[in-house]
Amino acid sequence: MSEELRAAVAAGVLGSEQSYRELLQSIVEVARAIFKAKASSIFLLDEEADELVFEAVSGEESQSLIGERFPSSTGIAGFVLVSRQPLVIDDVLADPRFSREVAEKTGFMPKGLMAVPLLHEERVLGVLEVLDRPQDARFTLVEMELLGLFANQAAIALDLLQRARRAQGALAGDGDVAVVARVAAALDARREEGLDDSAYRLLAELERLL
Amino acid sequence: MSGSGDLLEVMCLRVHAIKTARPRFFFQGVVRFELMAEEPLPAWSLSVDAVERIELGETWPGEVTREWAWGGATGAGVRVCVLDSGIEVGHPRVGDIQQSVAISIDADGVTVDEKDTAGDLCGHGTACAGVIRSLAPECELVSVRVLGAGYTGSGEVLLEGLRWAIEQGFEVVNMSLSTTKQKFAGLLHELADSAYFRRTMLVASAHNMPVESYPWRFSSVISVGSHEQDDPLAYFYNPSPPVEFFARGVDVDVAWTGGGSLVCTGNSFATPHISGIAALVLSKHPDLTPFQLKSVLYLTATNVGGDR
Repeated sequence: MSEELRAAVAAGVLGSEQSYRELLQSIVEVARAIFKAKASSIFLLDEEADELVFEAVSGEESQSLIGERFPSSTGIAGFVLVSRQPLVIDDVLADPRFSREVAEKTGFMPKGLMAVPLLHEERVLGVLEVLDRPQDARFTLVEMELLGLFANQAAIALDLLQRARRAQGALAGDGDVAVVARVAAALDARREEGLDDSAYRLLAELERLL
Repeated sequence: MSGSGDLLEVMCLRVHAIKTARPRFFFQGVVRFELMAEEPLPAWSLSVDAVERIELGETWPGEVTREWAWGGATGAGVRVCVLDSGIEVGHPRVGDIQQSVAISIDADGVTVDEKDTAGDLCGHGTACAGVIRSLAPECELVSVRVLGAGYTGSGEVLLEGLRWAIEQGFEVVNMSLSTTKQKFAGLLHELADSAYFRRTMLVASAHNMPVESYPWRFSSVISVGSHEQDDPLAYFYNPSPPVEFFARGVDVDVAWTGGGSLVCTGNSFATPHISGIAALVLSKHPDLTPFQLKSVLYLTATNVGGDR
């Protein structure tokens, strides 16, 4: 791929990662505001490592948590991830194991939480959590639906973020689409050198087969 | 016996005992039945003189009331399987559990540890078990742990756990979980249908988000969503499926790990309410098929005949 093209694509990819991050941040901010909660966070599932990663956080202890990881089956977020079922818990402190686990990781001990899986098509991409709604506000199914709507939005944003990262990974030469990027670069080089287009014909046949 | 003609004759005239037929092997969703020769059965057609063979084990009353359905029942004699994150042994709200099993999959294949001692890795399975126990205090509880060992492979583990549970012939299987993976949908559907014909009632949590997930969407299971009332015996039939019933699922005080309890909301907790009520009905009327059980639940639903 020509330097010019590489730079252009790289710039586009970097720009989109940034805007998807902003979208995720916006979702947790709005979720926190709507539910009058103390904090809200989005976890991305890293399938290769089988871990959940803090991807966006809104609230007191927020930004230092970005990038923190924990096993994908840990605690409530892990359960929501594997069971695909949303869960609302009103007195997390009653589970000493759970509260210790969270406190060690975040320095913040929630009293209650809402957790919902982020589902996009048939994949589960992560988990959205809203922590510490006002204690006197009774939870209703209307709120559960609202949470589901937010989750849908967050899942779309996460999907786009993952796509942007995969594209970036291809350019950097790692990830499973790297070989396609390298083939594209080689083709580009052949064309610049004025070589015959047999490689393109081969690819056209491959496309037809696929 | 030789030739396809003889085989056809056997199939039409001399197939026996579907009631005692048990799938002996499950292989990629194909269920093979070993038929036993002692009991005659009506197969796929019913001749005039065969009508007596399909006599119902249960006399159906003119009016099905809750009193008829489960009045005085405790769940005794009914085995309820909780397919979840495990059940904490010795939790005061759960009491004795008959067996704890863990399913895992690695490169060597499926492992069924029939004496699992890990307990509950999350709390969720204990919560479900506690709800069932609160409604059916004398039912038998069996834990099949299919969650908690990480995300990777969780779909396969769920499938194998369900396969194992159906092979055991549990009367009720509580599934407060689902998978969104299309590749499992077909196999899950076959398993759900095979459970239905073998008198194993699968009770599965519906999603309250607009996603395609399984097995709750299959008509051979009972799918459960939440209502907001706090009566554990209030349940509503939904004439607009795929969700068939709504049960208590908001602010439910449930058992949790460490001998404790939590107040939780979610269809996960509505589902064991229906499982518990199903266990009550089956302990009083053990001959009911899943079709009849669904009919009893319909007739006794709060918005149908539940006040009788």
